[in-house]
Amino acid sequence: MLEVANLEVVYNEVVLVLRGLSIEVPDGHIVALLGANGAGKTTTARAIGGLLGVHEGKATKGSVTFDGREITNDKASAIVTAGITQVMEGRRTFADLTVHENLMCGGFTVKDRSTRQASYERVMELFPRLKERRRQVAGYMSGGEQQMLAIGRALMTSPKLLILDEPSLGLAPQLVQQIRDIIININQEGTSVLLIEQNAMMALSIANYGYVMETGKVVMDGEASKLLDDDDVKEFYLGLRSDESGNRKSFRNVKHYKRKKKWAS
Amino acid sequence: MDRIKGFNPFTSIGSSALTVFIAAVVLFLINRAIFETTVLVQTLAKALGLGAVYAIVALGFVLIFKATQVVNFAQGGLAMVGALFLSFLAVDEHIPFTTIQNPLIGIGPSWFGWGLSVLVALVFAALLGLVIERIVIRPMIGQPLFSVAIITLGMEAFLRTFANDSVRVQLRPLGIPWGTGGFTLGGTVGDNGITTGGAFVAWSYVAAVITAAVAFVAVFLFYRSRMGVAMRAVAFDQEAAMANGINVGLVFAIAWAAGAVLATIGGIYATQPPIAQTGAVQIETQFIAFRTLPAVILGGLDSVQGALVGGLIIGLAEISAGQYLSQFSGQLGAGYPLIVPYVVMIIGLLVRPYGIFGTPEVRRV
Ligand SMILES: Nc1ncnc2c1ncn2[C@@H]1O[C@H](COP(=O)(O)OP(=O)(O)OP(=O)(O)O)[C@@H](O)[C@H]1O
Ligand SMILES: [Mg+2]
Repeated sequence: MLEVANLEVVYNEVVLVLRGLSIEVPDGHIVALLGANGAGKTTTARAIGGLLGVHEGKATKGSVTFDGREITNDKASAIVTAGITQVMEGRRTFADLTVHENLMCGGFTVKDRSTRQASYERVMELFPRLKERRRQVAGYMSGGEQQMLAIGRALMTSPKLLILDEPSLGLAPQLVQQIRDIIININQEGTSVLLIEQNAMMALSIANYGYVMETGKVVMDGEASKLLDDDDVKEFYLGLRSDESGNRKSFRNVKHYKRKKKWAS
Repeated sequence: MDRIKGFNPFTSIGSSALTVFIAAVVLFLINRAIFETTVLVQTLAKALGLGAVYAIVALGFVLIFKATQVVNFAQGGLAMVGALFLSFLAVDEHIPFTTIQNPLIGIGPSWFGWGLSVLVALVFAALLGLVIERIVIRPMIGQPLFSVAIITLGMEAFLRTFANDSVRVQLRPLGIPWGTGGFTLGGTVGDNGITTGGAFVAWSYVAAVITAAVAFVAVFLFYRSRMGVAMRAVAFDQEAAMANGINVGLVFAIAWAAGAVLATIGGIYATQPPIAQTGAVQIETQFIAFRTLPAVILGGLDSVQGALVGGLIIGLAEISAGQYLSQFSGQLGAGYPLIVPYVVMIIGLLVRPYGIFGTPEVRRV
């Protein structure tokens, strides 16, 4: 189980991006983390994965705990070894390397050869497309294939928790469906998933629980089915309603009083 | 990945100039091959020997640059300190505590003893690389690359001061088993059994070529191994590599260790023909790194093939200029062959600004 408690993250010692964020990912669950651009979703993923240092960022308050052990500000490699692997926003496959070599990199922390081999075979089974293209250089593959490679690469560590940062970004609807099915599949084999998405419909349709973030804080959370029914979520993430002039309302304007109403009660 | 395409007037002037230049050189070499075969063979052998040494040192630069994006200006210092350590082991201490009558150089270390000393010296060099990386470079991860490069320059000054002190008074011989000997290719054997004419090939040329071959094969194989693939991943996208659990510090350390070993090998060859004649470490030994820089930049800072091709081209250019332009040395100045590598590098960069095999720096965000 992953617990993020009152986490505060600062970039460059001045830019406060997470302001007391708290989320939980229980074992075996899929948890969706939603939010508009710049809400701090990727920052959350970096904080969990030990990647803030690369961006001159630091967790200044609060904690990240995994399976009861505090991992706040641990080294990325230690966190991967502890069982958390993430698929970064924008896929970030190693374009110079072949598909096979990309997967080798994914399995870097796995010391045991036969375990590595088993993970490799599992990934090949999950993504037949990658099997066909084993020897191909990753940079020449399509966006969808690269996303699958990025997920496959992360699965090479057999993580207990997989973090996916906007896996559906820039993909055609059928591919989004495919990614969705793969996430379900991975989860059914026992991996917890923290799914960061702009595509709230897709995320909530498979998640057990969801959080909505705004400017570095959770502003709403609940069972995924409840969130799907929520008017605010419908309006701002699913685009199901618009005001008289036909324009989407600004999230912030309406949000404030409604939120007050909700949380004050 | 993508190379920058499009019309660039400098590039096109550069490439026409280069085509003409290469054609002229080829015609000239054909002419020499017909009229002065021995001199040409001599020149090519020497060029191959020098090119191999440049390629080895260039490979050290490339390994460190590929992994860390830093040009390590301390390679010269590492070359000299590593070679000095060999001198200490093989000549001062006679590791493994034996000397035998060596047919080539008289009293000196046995081949076995010398080989062992080289091995120990290379291990020492690797450790030195690890220590420098750990103490000086690792804390600089994430800082601007320029600052890190300046730090390596400081390291160079430090190593150089240390090394210069120990060679100031006397040369430090390395106990090279083959000395400055060699063999003669071609020529005619007279009635008295003495060969006249022919091209002289120093054993150090042969040794350097074999060493370079081994080093490049080893690096190519390494890049296919788990650690080698991880190193390429770090070179491509450090953060993504970290996100996959690759220990970037470890990768940096290995690159530095390998770079220091290659520098030391370069330092050892820099004491022998065709670079020097003494077989001993002297102040000039450290300049091998700066003499190699044109080869590295011409080949492409991030390319292993580039190190090989760049090294050979620069070696050939330097030696042929020394051979065939010597009648102009009055006008050109006595040290002109050492300028030639830089001229060739500049011509090369006009055509390919990132070096022959280099990757333009556009793929990274
Ligand atoms: N390295 C950095 N230095 C300073 N500020 C940063 C840095 N990275 C992100 N930020 C700021 O932190 C805020 C949150 O960014 P983050 O990338 O976490 O948002 P996000 O929710 O992932 O957005 P998106 O949906 O666009 O991916 C933004 O305002 C961004 O400008
Ligand atoms: Mg993001």
